[in-house]
Amino acid sequence: MTILVRCDATSVAYEASYALENVTMHVHRGEFVGIVGPSGSGKTTLLRAITGAVPATRGSVEVARGTRIGYVPQVESVDWNFPITVGEVLTMTRTRRRWPTITAAEREEMSHMLESLGIGGLQDRHIRELSGGQQQRVFVARAMFGNPDILLLDEPTSGVDVRTRHEVLHLLHDLHGKGATIVLTTHDLNGLASHLPRLVCLNREVIADGPPRETLIPEVLERTYGAPLHVLEHGGMPIVLDHDYEASEVLRETAHKLRNERKLSR
Amino acid sequence: MSLLLSIDLLAPYDFGFFERGMVAATLAGALCGVLGVYVVLRGMSYIGHGLSHAVFGGAAASAVMSINFFVGAGIWGVVSGVLIGRIARRRILGADAAIGIVTTASFAAGIALLNRYGQARKSIEAVLFGSVLGVSWGDVAAILVVGSVVAATLVLAYRSFLFATFDPQVATVSGERVALIEVMLMVMLSGTILVTMRVIGTLLISALLVIPAATARMMTNSFSKMLVIAPVIGAGSCFIGMNASYHLDTSAGATIILISAAAFTAVYLFAGRRARSRVASLHHI
Repeated sequence: MTILVRCDATSVAYEASYALENVTMHVHRGEFVGIVGPSGSGKTTLLRAITGAVPATRGSVEVARGTRIGYVPQVESVDWNFPITVGEVLTMTRTRRRWPTITAAEREEMSHMLESLGIGGLQDRHIRELSGGQQQRVFVARAMFGNPDILLLDEPTSGVDVRTRHEVLHLLHDLHGKGATIVLTTHDLNGLASHLPRLVCLNREVIADGPPRETLIPEVLERTYGAPLHVLEHGGMPIVLDHDYEASEVLRETAHKLRNERKLSR
Repeated sequence: MSLLLSIDLLAPYDFGFFERGMVAATLAGALCGVLGVYVVLRGMSYIGHGLSHAVFGGAAASAVMSINFFVGAGIWGVVSGVLIGRIARRRILGADAAIGIVTTASFAAGIALLNRYGQARKSIEAVLFGSVLGVSWGDVAAILVVGSVVAATLVLAYRSFLFATFDPQVATVSGERVALIEVMLMVMLSGTILVTMRVIGTLLISALLVIPAATARMMTNSFSKMLVIAPVIGAGSCFIGMNASYHLDTSAGATIILISAAAFTAVYLFAGRRARSRVASLHHI
């Protein structure tokens, strides 16, 4: 399978400190990859290195010649007060057309794109008037409107509610099912990461790379997050619990004891 | 009422200098209005303010060295604008500190030069507050040339400028030359300040860059409509301001800004809460 992104022993430094060290990761065409790790682990830096926005200090980042990248930024970074409609957000990427007006062909293509992402008919709405899920879809649509070979998403479920998270997850699985190559960063281990076919656990360096069953395990997670995390299995999928799990266990045991004591006292 | 009727509205047009000033001011208002949309939405209001002061240094230097005003002040302004942009982008200093240092130093150099070598008071006042009397058809032609270049650039590269203004990070990833677009914006801004400063004056140009665009922002939620409304408000303020200044015997630049501020206030008062919130969310830098 064609390799679209090849990071070989990549290090990226901001001034004196390294955000990434010796990262080796390849993304093949058609893959769906999640990059997980704590805040400051270099997830966004890795995405930015792939886009060419930051240069590798050591090693290399190679993107296959002619690869078109579609980038979806964090929704928190978007200026929602900017006077712009959904249609303008999509067509601004088509900068080869010099004239400001939207052509009939563009309008038709845009309608199809929005329809396929479940936000048909919203092209004349201001971006602030949309729901969280619709807003995220608009920026996925913008990235897709440039006919990308690979879609990069930075924390696509950050700051969104549970329903929106489900919508985004379904949307990305649909796109992947249609052949899209997707790389995303996330800190949402249970809601998003555990549903992906491949995860790269990152903490400045790659701690583990593989399917959730092999990466969402206590040993890897402790090295990635620097704290012990528990993993349960539910319906064949790993569920990661943080240290509060122990407290909840104590509560559960105490409640169980109390119930038994009441039964005995009766 | 009888006082209003007794005013001869066409009286100022008997004077050639007023006609030239009127045409120059109206064109300048439209030009500042359209560029102001980018200035306001990019949070560059302070840069516009600073650049107008920086160009003053160039104007003084060209007067002292007997160099053509447009050449001397133009080079000075463009260099200042690009310098501010580079300092801010490379984070050598914070953007506000970079603007403060470059532009106030340039402004101070202008005053010192005119004090030492020039006809200080007359020259300083003319550049600071503008002078309708001093507007020539050459000045009108200069505004027309810069205005045509700005309009052509913004129309032909509409989507690139919009992309770089709305989302510079993704625009860079998508292959847009965002740094070049920023330099072009600075050059257009410097050019606009250069050709309009003799009409409106250095101190008031930044107001004409900000007020019409901020007023337009309250009136629409569409970027393309803002690009139409802001120049109309800018040109209208200048037209009304120029006429009012003749009849009220006040400074043309000051009257123009007061008229545009009145337009802003009226829209602010009569616009709904949602419209008002749009200007509340505009950035400062």
